[in-house]
Amino acid sequence: MFQESRLHGEFFMQGDIACAEGALAAGCRFFGGYPITPASEIAERMAMRLPLLHGVFIQYEDEIASMSGILGASWAGMKSMTATSGPGISLMNENIGLGMMMEAPCVVVNVQRGSPSTGLPTTWGQSDMMQARWGSHGDYGSISLVPNSPQEFFDLTVTAFNFSEKYRLPVFLMADALVGHMTEKVVIPPVEELEIINRKYTNKKPEDYLAYDYGKNLIPDFAKAGDGYRYHTTGLTHDRRGYPDMSVECQEELVPRLVNKIKNNINDISLTEEYDIEGADVIVISYGITSRTVLPAITMAKKKGIKVGYLRLKTVWPFPEEKIRKLSGKVAGFIVPEMNLGQISLEVERCACNNSHVKLVPHPGGGIHKFEDVLHAIEEVVHGK
Amino acid sequence: MANNTVQIQEKSHPMEDLLRMDRMPHIWCSGCGLGSAVTTFIEGLKKAGVSYDKTAIVSGIGCTGRVAGYLRLDSYHTTHGRAIPFATGLKLANRDLTVFVVSGDGDLFAIGGNHLIHAARRNVDINVICVNNFIYGMTGGQNAPTTPLGAYSSTAPYGNYEMPFNLVGLAAAAGASYVARWTTMHARRLTDSIARAANKKGFCFIEIVSPCATVFARKNKGGTGLDLLKEFQTRAIINHDADPTQIPLSMDNEIVCGEFVNEDRPTFWENVQAGIKTRLAKFSNWEEMQSNSRKITHRKDRKYTSSRDF
Amino acid sequence: MRYWEKPFGKEKPKTICGEIHIITDRCKGCSFCIEYCPREVLELSKDFNKKGYHPPVVVKPDRCTFCGLCEMICPDFAIFVTEKEE
Repeated sequence: MFQESRLHGEFFMQGDIACAEGALAAGCRFFGGYPITPASEIAERMAMRLPLLHGVFIQYEDEIASMSGILGASWAGMKSMTATSGPGISLMNENIGLGMMMEAPCVVVNVQRGSPSTGLPTTWGQSDMMQARWGSHGDYGSISLVPNSPQEFFDLTVTAFNFSEKYRLPVFLMADALVGHMTEKVVIPPVEELEIINRKYTNKKPEDYLAYDYGKNLIPDFAKAGDGYRYHTTGLTHDRRGYPDMSVECQEELVPRLVNKIKNNINDISLTEEYDIEGADVIVISYGITSRTVLPAITMAKKKGIKVGYLRLKTVWPFPEEKIRKLSGKVAGFIVPEMNLGQISLEVERCACNNSHVKLVPHPGGGIHKFEDVLHAIEEVVHGK
Repeated sequence: MANNTVQIQEKSHPMEDLLRMDRMPHIWCSGCGLGSAVTTFIEGLKKAGVSYDKTAIVSGIGCTGRVAGYLRLDSYHTTHGRAIPFATGLKLANRDLTVFVVSGDGDLFAIGGNHLIHAARRNVDINVICVNNFIYGMTGGQNAPTTPLGAYSSTAPYGNYEMPFNLVGLAAAAGASYVARWTTMHARRLTDSIARAANKKGFCFIEIVSPCATVFARKNKGGTGLDLLKEFQTRAIINHDADPTQIPLSMDNEIVCGEFVNEDRPTFWENVQAGIKTRLAKFSNWEEMQSNSRKITHRKDRKYTSSRDF
Repeated sequence: MRYWEKPFGKEKPKTICGEIHIITDRCKGCSFCIEYCPREVLELSKDFNKKGYHPPVVVKPDRCTFCGLCEMICPDFAIFVTEKEE
């Protein structure tokens, strides 16, 4: 029974379940979670599948414990994950900061729902995007991937694990309840054909090893508990040995490194999908489920003769600043439809630097955009307003 | 093991092999019981005979939280109150480790109270050492959930008006397999307790009653750390048969010490394994095992294509 | 019984004795070791160490029985005992 439970083939699968399968394909063997609509299915699927793959599933008493637990499992050498929604991320933020400071690889799935507070538990939204970047206190680099279909939920979960292992930080997977709960065809290739990246363990001897010593790539080598390295790691500002150091020099060395290790690698991390960008009059920038719901509007606009470019962000954080800056002088404007009242549009505005008009098409969540709204926005920007 | 046979040089303290000497001297005050808690912990580890490479120590925030930084083991200084779920994740992901959580009364029973009772309920195989100094020391002497009724603290200038927790009672009621209470003065019995807990499977809880010279003693006219320790000595009695739920601590009653609970219960992981085995035995293949509402159609015969067209 | 008779070849039984090492500069003057030594071997010295505390000083070295309680109770790892070689 254990061997048979490695999946591959074509499936008609719900998004949440595709996420769980993606995690297992990437090598995740620890899941610590707490039930919350719409992410409970991920926990349920992991509860069933992990024991068959010799993994560990634990339903913790709250989301705060879940986040601490997956950090602990990460330090013991297991790839670990938790899945929650907006209210859970709000609870987890302190320990997300701990994960960023300790540089522990793990994946945090946020299947967004109507917000703020308890909001709309059973419907969707995209209003946690800024929280994914700035949720925890302090400066740190952050990665957020946004899928728009169950197939992509599977693929980006594998990518999220790869990024977290490579760059040593908690990576956010910002789905929404619509993608999480829709059922579509998902193709799972055999595990040998997936690109899996594992964390780089140190090859130094215990007496020479410094827990946070780094080279040009700004990422320290990992050592897990029980291997004899006897390192110390802390949430306090620490030096290269991992020991707390309350000096300004230490803070000046550590915190910019946490930001720069992501900033310097933006070309590797930033994934986008583009169509008809060359020669476009306007570009529609979207992510997540909105990138599918705007398609009728784009088709109608094209029929009317407007040259509409389509830029889909698969990686929302780090935000592809250079790309937007380069495009900003060349197009009349950017349309940013999103299921919130303006979060990523603020980033687009910042990067457009007044060279192009930026038009937000907001939606507070719970439903999808009416295609007329997006069409009118496109026409407004093209015909100059 | 090499670490157990360090030659004692002229000026080298025998515990230095388990201490991070590059971080000495430590930050604890003169008369604080935490240093004694660390020495007895080291002696306990030596006595238990566990592998030091496979021992991990997790602590929270506070004066006691600094213990992890001074011990030369795989040590983790995590966020306030969340040492126990971190330790649970660490232990479950690598079950060869012996995991200790060393933290204070506020860290484990105020902000971390929920995590403690659930870990005890699950009987996760970790060992929790709670150093109880009846106050929040690091932040300057605020009220703790263990501050005795009528005691003064910086947030209780008119005297504490809340009933304190009885830590051993709470741990025993939540389902811990091993529950003990000692003071820092009971050095040898504490060493034995820690050695026993290290080798015992299940959730082990040890409360160490410790003097806080700088804030608790000063605010409550307790004198120096030594005066407080002498007072603990006068008030302490040993009674292993006491019911842990009936022995709370107050400003002047007896401090009942002893090993109150020492039982063998199946741990969390043992229960998990037993459950899986039972359920898997009923099915011949895992597809049959899936619940009907999550049935997935599986077409192994079709050649797969990777398609993302919209 | 004749009290003046001694068994042949047997010497006076050896008692274990400890040699106390004090790392004076680590001491923070808490006096735990002085108070809890069961044989009253230590006393507070009149001298100061580098930090300004009075460290302990051995006043009755022959009374030490190598029990090790001072080593276990010292919070600053400033005192330890080794077995005295005769």
